[in-house]
Amino acid sequence: MIDSNMQIASNKKIADKTYEMVLESSELFQSQGIEIKPGQFVNIKIEGFFLRRPISICDWSENTITIIYKVVGKGTEKMSQMLAGDSLDVLLTLGNGYDVTDVTERPVCIGGGAGVPPMYGLCKSLIAAGKKPVAVIGFNTESEVFYEQEFKALGAETVVVTADGSVGAKGFVTDVLGELGGTEYFACGPEPMLKAIDKTVPAEAVGHFSFEERMGCGFGACMGCSCKTKYGNKRICKEGPVLERSEIIW
Amino acid sequence: MVNTKMNLCGIEIDNPVMPASGTFGFGYEFAELYDINVLGSFSFKGTTLEPRFGNPTPRIAECTNGLINSVGLQNPGVTDVIGQELPKLAKCFNKPVMANISGFAIDEYVEVCKQLDKCDQVGWLEVNVSCPNVHNGGMAFGTDPKAAAAVVAAVKKEVTKPVIVKLSPNVRDIVAIAKACEEAGADGITLINTMLGMRINLKTGKPVIANKMGGFSGPAIFPIALRMVYQVYEAVNIPIVGCGGVSTAEDVIEMIMAGATAVQVGAANLVNPYACRDIINDLPAAMEKYGINSLEEIIGGAH
Repeated sequence: MIDSNMQIASNKKIADKTYEMVLESSELFQSQGIEIKPGQFVNIKIEGFFLRRPISICDWSENTITIIYKVVGKGTEKMSQMLAGDSLDVLLTLGNGYDVTDVTERPVCIGGGAGVPPMYGLCKSLIAAGKKPVAVIGFNTESEVFYEQEFKALGAETVVVTADGSVGAKGFVTDVLGELGGTEYFACGPEPMLKAIDKTVPAEAVGHFSFEERMGCGFGACMGCSCKTKYGNKRICKEGPVLERSEIIW
Repeated sequence: MVNTKMNLCGIEIDNPVMPASGTFGFGYEFAELYDINVLGSFSFKGTTLEPRFGNPTPRIAECTNGLINSVGLQNPGVTDVIGQELPKLAKCFNKPVMANISGFAIDEYVEVCKQLDKCDQVGWLEVNVSCPNVHNGGMAFGTDPKAAAAVVAAVKKEVTKPVIVKLSPNVRDIVAIAKACEEAGADGITLINTMLGMRINLKTGKPVIANKMGGFSGPAIFPIALRMVYQVYEAVNIPIVGCGGVSTAEDVIEMIMAGATAVQVGAANLVNPYACRDIINDLPAAMEKYGINSLEEIIGGAH
């Protein structure tokens, strides 16, 4: 983990209340001892707010990270008003992230709402590793949809689902899983969605689920985001946010 | 060269700055970020006899200039603290550490203190009678002078290391409780633990924190902590560890002027993991700015 003063390269609205921000470091991450895994997150200090805002990493290069965030409160609202050239105090990289070293040929990557961004970096990593991921991205309605073309441009088979059917399949992400098949699932989104996926996919399927929780520090110090697993207590920010399906206590 | 050395209950510390319990784990995770031997010491995660998961989540709520936590003393229990955590700490920290102890009954405080008293790494036993996040214990002992004194007296009988009592600000008369602890044999007093607070989520109309209320900490409570240190300094003759909203070297100096011998930093660590290192680095320049040669000479200087 490093505490980096990063410059905003761009910050633009890409869907209803949803923004894409590219942050740039003056040094290469590798030279700072930072390696990034899909599913990890950054923790951003916003002037005027006490706690940092944890936001998952969508994409990255040697010295940039891309995050996509939804305006849900005053902190993210302030972020949405920041301009290219502004700087932000960023702790990175946090959490365990997804492991892509030992994955089956055609994993299904499911993102719901704010859980969609990490699926982009994950699909990119999986494709780089020679896999053929299927991306299932779920939203409430058309105005909230983002990154459909970006997923397709990666070469990932992409299925869009909206709750109201305004784009793609109508319903929840779980409604399309049956026809897609699959033996390994990656997922990120609200807990009810993760729970529904767990109930829908075959019992023997492997699952890697990323959880959300209100965090204090984001780096394992405060025990604010603890959860119980079959293998003991874990901190969502440190041993998570990705938990194995086999260890989750629903 | 300014002198930042202090003597806390007979143990010399290089500087008065120490992370507060619950914001620094057992230290070794911060050692990945910087050499934690720059610290005066630190108070490790509140330890109980049995392992505890703590309270349900959400446990955290943001506030203006602070946060509310309702962790509820999550810890692996004293056996694992001694067997697993302290050996990991020994690899990266070569100074006496402050052991923070909580309990739900006097016997439990005594048992945990006895076990930690035997650990060479432990310099002080910080007895927490002030956790606002657990029922039937914690703060209940710290809100009544007689109950607080009973814990102190029982622990003191069984241990050899200095006993520092961490008190709650959620009381009518902090001075009376501090005096009762001193009379019962306490070697020092930490002031203050978090203040009971709450937030309501406007979207749901319900409390943000699952446990409804929690402990409020951060820069917002600094003036309250400072005031309590000032009041208690006038009433007791044992050293005070000032704690509450400290986030700069200037805050450290204020705390010492109010009467503190050591100063704990809590919430600031959660926002800036380098907070204590930064404060320690800034301390000499801040002392020079105000013409202070030795911190020891300004303890209680504001009185």
